[in-house]
Amino acid sequence: MRTPVRRRVGNTVMVTLAWLAVGVALFPLLDLALLVTRHALPALRWHVLTTVTQGLSGGVANAIAGSLLLVGLAAAMAIPVGVLGGTYVAERRGGAFVRGVRLAADVLAGVPSIAVGYFGYIALVQALGWGFSALAGSLALALLMLPYVVRTTDYAVSAVSDDLREASLALGADHTTTVRRVVLRAALPGILTGVMLGTGVAVGETAPLIYTASWSSFMPTAHLTHSPVAYLTYVVWTYIDQPFASAHALAYAAAFLLMVAVLALNVAARWAIRQRSSGGGGA
Amino acid sequence: MRRRPRGGWLAVAALAAALTPTLLLVTLAVLCVSAWPALVWNGLAFVSSHVWSLGNLYGGTPVVRHGFAAPAGAVYGAIPYIAGTALTSACALVLAVPVGLGVAVCLAERARGVAGNVLGFFIELIAGVPSVVFGLWGFIVLVPWIERRAGPGLAHVFGFIPFLRGPVLSGQGLLAAAIVLAAMILPLIAAVGRDALLRVPREVRDQGRALGLTDWETLRDLVLPPAVPGLVGGVILALGRALGETMAVLMVSGTGNLVPHTLFSPTTTMASAIVLDLDSAFTDATGMATAALAELAVALMVITVLVNLAVPLLGEGVSRVATMVNAGRDAR
Repeated sequence: MRTPVRRRVGNTVMVTLAWLAVGVALFPLLDLALLVTRHALPALRWHVLTTVTQGLSGGVANAIAGSLLLVGLAAAMAIPVGVLGGTYVAERRGGAFVRGVRLAADVLAGVPSIAVGYFGYIALVQALGWGFSALAGSLALALLMLPYVVRTTDYAVSAVSDDLREASLALGADHTTTVRRVVLRAALPGILTGVMLGTGVAVGETAPLIYTASWSSFMPTAHLTHSPVAYLTYVVWTYIDQPFASAHALAYAAAFLLMVAVLALNVAARWAIRQRSSGGGGA
Repeated sequence: MRRRPRGGWLAVAALAAALTPTLLLVTLAVLCVSAWPALVWNGLAFVSSHVWSLGNLYGGTPVVRHGFAAPAGAVYGAIPYIAGTALTSACALVLAVPVGLGVAVCLAERARGVAGNVLGFFIELIAGVPSVVFGLWGFIVLVPWIERRAGPGLAHVFGFIPFLRGPVLSGQGLLAAAIVLAAMILPLIAAVGRDALLRVPREVRDQGRALGLTDWETLRDLVLPPAVPGLVGGVILALGRALGETMAVLMVSGTGNLVPHTLFSPTTTMASAIVLDLDSAFTDATGMATAALAELAVALMVITVLVNLAVPLLGEGVSRVATMVNAGRDAR
C-alpha cells in the first residue's frame, strides 16, 4: 500500500524545513567569517602584528601579547586545580561533597561573565588593591575556565573502565600510582579536550576583563599588579565603533586573530578526542 | 561499587575540588556584601521604579536613608534593564527554538557520515565564536539591514500590531539584539537536542518504518516524545546563556534606558548596563552607584543560576553535553 500523497507531501515539507533550519543557523557564521576575513586580510600587515596601538591606528602587538599573558596565566591557575579537582571528584565517586562540587561547577559555568568581572573589580582590583592588572584579569578568566576543566576531567576520568584500575591494583600498584600512571593516562585525550575548550572560552571573553585588566597602549610588563593590560577582544569592541578606517582595520584584524585562535582550539579539541576513539586509551 | 581512593595526592586533590564551590560562594558573597548598601537604600524601588539615574555626582546634598548616603536625585530602578533582559532573551528564544530544533532533527536523523560530522563541527563552532565578533557582525551587517530593509518592511506589513510598529530608528535595538542572541544560542539548542534524539534507540525508528509511517510521522509520534527532556534542557541552557550575554547585545542594542515598547526600541540589558554605567559609577563619591550595579549583578546572577539549576534535574546527559557545547563542541 502506498503512502497517501498528503502524508508524503507533509514529510517532504518537514524534511525541507529541517534542512532550511541548518542553512539559517549556519548563515551568520559563514557571513561573519567572510566579512572578517575580507576586511582583515588587507589590514594584516607585519607591522600590525609587531607595533603597539597608537591612538586609533598602529598595530595590535600589545593586545596579542596581553591576550597571551592573560590566557596563559588563567590556564596556569585553572588547569592544575581543575584537573586535580575533577580527578578527585571522579575517583571519589559519590557522596554529598562530590555532588556539591559537580553542582557548583555546573552553576559556575552558567554565571554571567560580567558578574565574574564585577566580582573581580570589587574583590581584586579594589579590596585586595591589585589595581587594573594582569593578575586580576587572569584570575577572573580562570574562574570562568575552572568549571569546564573540572567537569570535562570528571567525565573523562569517570569514563575510564574499572578493569584498567583493577588490573593496575592487581599488579601491586598503589592507588596513587594507579591514578597517576594508568587512569590519567587513559583519560588524557578527554582532559586535553576540556582544557582546550576552556582555553577557547578564555580567549574570547571581554566582559570579565574590562574592569579587571582594563586597557593599555603598551606591551605588558613584568608587573602583574598595578599595570593594566591590553587584550584582543577590547580592540574589536571599541575600535569598530570609531568612524576611522584605521580603527576599523585594527578591529577586523583583531577579530580575525580571535577567530583563528578559536578555530585552532576547536580543531585541536576534536583531534584530541579522536585519539581516544582510535584506541589510544582504555576508555 | 564505592571505593574510597587512597594515596598522598588525596588531600591536595580534595582541596582543589573544594575550590570550585568555594569560589562560587565567595563570588556570590562578595557581590552581595557590596550590593548591601544599595539593597537597603533602594528598598523596593529597585524593582518598581522605571528610572535609573546616578543623580548629581558633582554637588548637592547626599540623600541619607537607613544610614546609607546616595547622591541627590539618584534613583536606581532596574525595571528598564530587567525588561530589556527579559524581552531580548524571549525574542531570541522565539527565533532560535524552531531553527535549533530543526537543526537538531537534521543532525540526528538526516545528516550522516562525513557530511554530518562537518555540519556538526560548524554548528558547534558557532558556540565558540567570541561574543564581540558576533557583536561586530551585528553592528556592521545586521543593524544596517534592519534599518534599511527588514525594519521598514516589517513595520509596513505588520504595523497594525503595536509591538511591530515603527519607527525603525537606527536599526540598533531589541530586534538586532534578539537576532544576534538567537544566532549565538542556537548551537546549544541544536547540539543538546541532537544528543537527546540520538539517545532514542534506533529500533524505535525501525518500528515506525515497519508501521508504514513517514520519517516525519515517526519522528513526531515515536522519537520526539522520549527526547523531550533533552530538548527542553537545551532550550533552558540557551535561555541561561541569553540572559547573561553582555558584549554582543551591548554592541547592537542601542542602549536605551526605557522599557522597550516596540521591536525596534533601543534597549539595555542588566548585563550590558553594568558595563555601560560602571565608568560613571566610579565618580560617585558616596559609592552608592557601584553598590547599585552590584545589586544588578547579584539579581542577574541569581536569575541565571536558578535557570541553570533546572538543567541537572533533566539528567546527567543534558548537563554533560551542555558543558562541552557551552565551550565550543560536543562530547562525542
